[in-house]
Amino acid sequence: MASHYEAPIRKPLVTGDKSYHDVTVDVAAPVEGAANKQWWIVFGIALTAFLWGVGCIIYTISTGIGTWGLNKTVGWAWDITNFVWWVGIGHAGTLISAVLLLFRQKWRMAINRSAEAMTIFSVIQAGLFPIIHMGRPWLAYWVLPIPNSFGSLWVNFNSPLLWDVFAISTYLSVSLVFWWTGLLPDFAMIRDRAVMPFQKKIYSLLSFGWSGRAKDWQRFEEVSLVLAGLATPLVLSVHTIVSFDFATSVIPGWHTTIFPPYFVAGAVFSGFAMVNTLLIIMRKVSNLENYITVQHIELMNIVIMITGSIVGVAYITELFIAWYSGVEYEQYAFLNRATGPYWWAYWSMMTCNVFSPQFMWFKKLRTSIMFSFIISIVVNIGMWFERFVIIVTSLHRDYLPSSWTMFSPTFVDIGIFIGTIGFFFVLFLLYARTFPVIAQAEVKTILKSSGDNFKRLRDGKG
Amino acid sequence: MSLLKGDQERLMASNKTYWKNIDQLNPDNEVVQKMEQNEFVSKLPEDFLTDEKTLEDSSTSRRDFLKYVGFSTAAATLAACEGPVIKSVPYVVQPEQIRPGIANYYATTIGDGFDFSSILIKTREGRPIKVESNPDAPTLGCANARVHASVLSLYDTLRLQGPEAKGKDISWDNLYLQTGAMLKALSATNKKVVLMTPTLASPSSQKVINNFIKVFSNVEHVIYDVISSDAALNAYENYYGIRGLADYDFSEVKVLVSIDADIVGDWQGGGFESGYAKSRIPKGDDGKAEMSWHIQFESNMSLSGANADHRVPCSPAEQKNVLAYIYDSLTGSSSGSSLPNSIKESADKAIIRLKAAGVNGVLVSGIEDETAQGIVLAINSWLKSEAFQPESPKLIRQGNATSVQKAFKEIKNGTVKGLITVGVNPVFTTANGSKLGEAIKNLEFSLAFASKKDETSEVSKFIASTPHYLESWGDYEMKSGHFALSQPTIRPLFDTQQFQDVLLRLTGENIKYYDFIKEHWNASILGSSSWSPALHDGYFSNGKSAKLTKPNFSAIDPSELRIATATEMSLILYTKTGMGDGQQANNPWLQEFPDPITRVSWDNYLTLSMTDANALGLKNTNTSNGALNGSYASVTVGDTTIKVPVLIQPGQANGTAGLSFGYGERLGLKSEMQTGVNAYSVYENFQKIQSVQIKKAEGEHEFACVQLHNTLMGRGDIIKETTLEIFNTKDKKYWNAMPQVSKNHMEFDVTSPEVDMWQEFDRSIGHHFNLSIDLNSCTGCGACVIACHAENNVPVVGKAEVRKSRDMHWLRIDRYYSSAASFEGDNNTKDAISGIGDSLSTFGEMEQASANPQVAFQPVMCQHCNHAPCETVCPVAATSHGRQGQNHMAYNRCVGTRYCANNCPYKVRRFNWFLYNKNDEFDYHMNNDLGRMVLNPDVVVRSRGVMEKCSFCIQMTQKTILDAKLKGEEIKDGTFQTACSNACSTGAMAFGDINDKESEVSKLLEDKRMYHLLEAVGTKPNVMYHTKVRNTDDKTI
Repeated sequence: MASHYEAPIRKPLVTGDKSYHDVTVDVAAPVEGAANKQWWIVFGIALTAFLWGVGCIIYTISTGIGTWGLNKTVGWAWDITNFVWWVGIGHAGTLISAVLLLFRQKWRMAINRSAEAMTIFSVIQAGLFPIIHMGRPWLAYWVLPIPNSFGSLWVNFNSPLLWDVFAISTYLSVSLVFWWTGLLPDFAMIRDRAVMPFQKKIYSLLSFGWSGRAKDWQRFEEVSLVLAGLATPLVLSVHTIVSFDFATSVIPGWHTTIFPPYFVAGAVFSGFAMVNTLLIIMRKVSNLENYITVQHIELMNIVIMITGSIVGVAYITELFIAWYSGVEYEQYAFLNRATGPYWWAYWSMMTCNVFSPQFMWFKKLRTSIMFSFIISIVVNIGMWFERFVIIVTSLHRDYLPSSWTMFSPTFVDIGIFIGTIGFFFVLFLLYARTFPVIAQAEVKTILKSSGDNFKRLRDGKG
Repeated sequence: MSLLKGDQERLMASNKTYWKNIDQLNPDNEVVQKMEQNEFVSKLPEDFLTDEKTLEDSSTSRRDFLKYVGFSTAAATLAACEGPVIKSVPYVVQPEQIRPGIANYYATTIGDGFDFSSILIKTREGRPIKVESNPDAPTLGCANARVHASVLSLYDTLRLQGPEAKGKDISWDNLYLQTGAMLKALSATNKKVVLMTPTLASPSSQKVINNFIKVFSNVEHVIYDVISSDAALNAYENYYGIRGLADYDFSEVKVLVSIDADIVGDWQGGGFESGYAKSRIPKGDDGKAEMSWHIQFESNMSLSGANADHRVPCSPAEQKNVLAYIYDSLTGSSSGSSLPNSIKESADKAIIRLKAAGVNGVLVSGIEDETAQGIVLAINSWLKSEAFQPESPKLIRQGNATSVQKAFKEIKNGTVKGLITVGVNPVFTTANGSKLGEAIKNLEFSLAFASKKDETSEVSKFIASTPHYLESWGDYEMKSGHFALSQPTIRPLFDTQQFQDVLLRLTGENIKYYDFIKEHWNASILGSSSWSPALHDGYFSNGKSAKLTKPNFSAIDPSELRIATATEMSLILYTKTGMGDGQQANNPWLQEFPDPITRVSWDNYLTLSMTDANALGLKNTNTSNGALNGSYASVTVGDTTIKVPVLIQPGQANGTAGLSFGYGERLGLKSEMQTGVNAYSVYENFQKIQSVQIKKAEGEHEFACVQLHNTLMGRGDIIKETTLEIFNTKDKKYWNAMPQVSKNHMEFDVTSPEVDMWQEFDRSIGHHFNLSIDLNSCTGCGACVIACHAENNVPVVGKAEVRKSRDMHWLRIDRYYSSAASFEGDNNTKDAISGIGDSLSTFGEMEQASANPQVAFQPVMCQHCNHAPCETVCPVAATSHGRQGQNHMAYNRCVGTRYCANNCPYKVRRFNWFLYNKNDEFDYHMNNDLGRMVLNPDVVVRSRGVMEKCSFCIQMTQKTILDAKLKGEEIKDGTFQTACSNACSTGAMAFGDINDKESEVSKLLEDKRMYHLLEAVGTKPNVMYHTKVRNTDDKTI
């Protein structure tokens, strides 16, 4: 790799004069060290939120969906908003690890592990909602095409909800396998460093007996490539299929052919924002500033800016098509979206998703850690509103004005959403303390080419 | 062919002989003959235990004996372990052929003093479960929403379960003993006793009362109509000599002028809507179709006003002016009318039309003024109106306000010593009722015949528990010469006695009321006809008409009406379609029934015009979940002030406010049903119009309104309508155009197969059901809503849930107001929008209803789309299409994703947000054993978490099909029914099989007024609507 020519404009991806051993020590440190007070505080908050969410879910399942704010006109609101939001967040991981792998983007190596962890944890949150939003969640297995004793009962393959089941479960399993494959050499590294027999045992189980032979590495590379090839179409398919839930319907505001690309862009947008949120904190807390550099953050900001602009174009296209269609219901749906009773949701979405990423055109802003952090939060708020706007404002005023009404969440709606955020952070915090959060094996492959000390060495020679 | 085959099979069935033995070939065989005569070949041992000899010969050993003892002990022990005792409800008379699963129908009659109807009662396994109209009955054969709901009142847990004396249970014998003694004592000292009944309209009951009065001469019978029709009764009595009401038949009317007469509501006892609706359908050859022209002058927005071609809001005083003006113009008297121009113009139109229509015109009025009612009679006589039928008066209102007031006065001042009330509750239903209550408490004797605890029975010394009308015998003369009978359809559930039986016994006549009716009918009503057919039919006409005097209208003097002037603010008390006089306030179906006009359930309220509300600072607002809130107003009439929530009512005349009766009762009602305020408390002197002061009061009221958006937003394709002139002169494409879609730059109808992406199924085999709804004849009365409730076990969810937009009605009647002066105006406004800025402001304005809007009703239920959006999206295929056109819903399979409901363009799907049965949180009829008796066993009760919706009453259509199969007959058109089409007394709903090309629906499907709701979405519904034609052109006269 070292022989590979690198353009002089390429900045070092690993700073701080790291040697191979330094990388090992830095990545293993959070796993081997003890948790500090901040970790416990944050974990405590997340766990409380999670337990609160569990309480709300139990209340919902035992009493009925009526504990939510839904009504005869608005049959979905926070449930599916949260579902789509979490699925969207889950998009960045695969994009970073698979698509960027295929495109040979080396900067992904520092962030792909955590991005994928985030993917898996958020898909878990997402998967929760389709189950608990059912009136009879104990029968959720009926959506699976499994042999049954109900006669010749089979699922309805026409239903986009069924496609969702396949899309999400495929995505979750492929992501999990891909993630774990990448983890194997790193787990093995921790195993090898572990001194306590229990830890050694656990990590040797987790590393599936990785021995570090050349054959292992060869297979590792091959599997990674194959899985990247498998996962790449999934990046496009999952959110395309999620968008079919709406696009194939007959409700004005849902029935929109632009949805698949628009949803995928939005998903990448929100996913990168979430990666930014998490990594900006993690690089600080786990002392990984030398691996997740400002340059990484800047690159992600650029992705956010571009996808945010795509989403903005989609919003405007929607409005244009509604007008151009000449269908009065369609026209009113979009007019109502922007100026009706939920105007504030629409304009929150517009501000957060379309306007705020435009700041990233300025180098000063996109290299500012603090500003990036704020924008990453803003973007995720905006993306939540996007789904809320699509779902609720389309439903609450559709064809027959007699059915028009409003939606207002109850404490249970809010509690479950907060609960999933809590659950997500519980998982992520546990991950940050037990998993190698940076793909150190991969980082080591670029150390000689992209480490600042080696770069300097090379430049000095040259 | 199929018939022939069926016959052959049946012939074969009856001739088949099964051979049991070869010996049967020889008919003289001894064994065979013996077998035929005796069941057993050898003789069975008889009396082997009583015969000592055989006993001695028997070989029962000690061991055997012990075995027998052991077995007997064990058997006796087991037998003692009794299972849970379930009190079954026995039949009145065990029917000869009662088969589980087969419904029996009985003709009977309801007459509760307010609602009178000939009806059919559907019973299953001995339980009455549904009320249906009696289509054969010539008089009042149509049941309204309240009558449909009355079956549930039978299963009211708060009904009195036995007689009481001073708050303690007592036996009937004791009651007879004590009340008899007291009555005798009062009679001996000739102390006055008042017997107060509602209008009974019952010949035999009248005779019972007459006999009672013969024995107890101190008793005075006072007829008390809770909601008085005194003026009309007095006027009729003045001119025709009988206390009754002129009847009207609006079916052939060409011009209908109504001055505050809610003819499709409860005006003069109701029952006019079917005739009215007939006149509203454009009939006649192409280009020359005719329909009636209906103008309504009124203050409150009534159902009739909503259905009228022209509605003129005016104050009660202006109504009187209008009537005088019309009378003057028709008779050519000098007129000193000071009507405002807008009203005068409309009145002039009415006059011109009335004159032109002659015998085809009619004028009706609900003005509570004897002179006014006299003028109405005079005008109709002058017109020789064919709709006007004074010769056969309706007898369902007979109350006399003067004598009722006299009685109340005498009770209060002590002249009257005793009071017997029968099914009336004056303490609640009169202004200052509490004072009356005190007076009743102090009476020497008071006996209340009541079916539930109420304010009057509470202060009475004795309460005689009375049965529900479905447990009672009775007879009615609803219209002179037109009789009806009611029969019990179930044995009394509680220890109750009819008041007639009690009076008969107190009179000392040893006869049951049933026998008494029969005797009376045989003696004086039936003539040569016999009892049983009359009882079977439920009605009987003997053709005798009342002896009337010839009216002389020369003395009419409308001068008082001419000069009537408005008070600053008038309160107009009215009855709501759902609650009427409030007798059934404890009926959850009726509480949850949305008012057809306001669409508010679970409440009454003060209706005010926007102008007046703004002036008083009263507001209606929507909360964040859309629910409707209203300011409170304090309403002062005389010395009484009540705090009432305000509902801003488009079409309410300025300077008037409306308030409905029937709410605000607290006794005898479950806490959930204790809603609203008591309008009777301001019903001073039985005058529905009261001068009133209205002020803003503290606080905000939470309404449960099922429709939160009132206007149609210019969406003219949802309710298509046109005017009679356009209907007659223009092509269908002009006023009922099929939406077009472009393909390869060619325009196609959206229904054209050319633009269809689906492979159409062959639907020509078997039945294919369609429901047709004529928007011209639908008056919005809501009988179908309750019928659907009853037939399909639709749950009641309560006020809090309705407020959250979670009502469960499978069938709703959408009501829209125009935002401009007319819906056509709305369409024009919307079409004229140009640019973003304009659309922003215009759509905002279109959300507000006009001050005097046009109104349109549209019943909406599952449209049973052939291309149903709900069916494709269900992940578990719980909703799918049937071969007969229905969109099925498999509740068992539903997992409750609600995707189907979201994707339904008509929003007709209803989700079970909670468990609505056997759940104390929803303590309505489905939460107690008694209330659950009303459930239809043919329809499953849905559990929590599943979606439900209209099924096209598949249990009814399947029954029809199976019956026909059993009989081997072809199904005649009209046999297929749904609960709603069955309940529709105006004929607006027709149901049937479109594969039967001769059926009514097949013809309606081809009608040029036919359209499908949201045709452009491509759902291909099996429900069709018929364009509403309004007779609003002035040119046609």
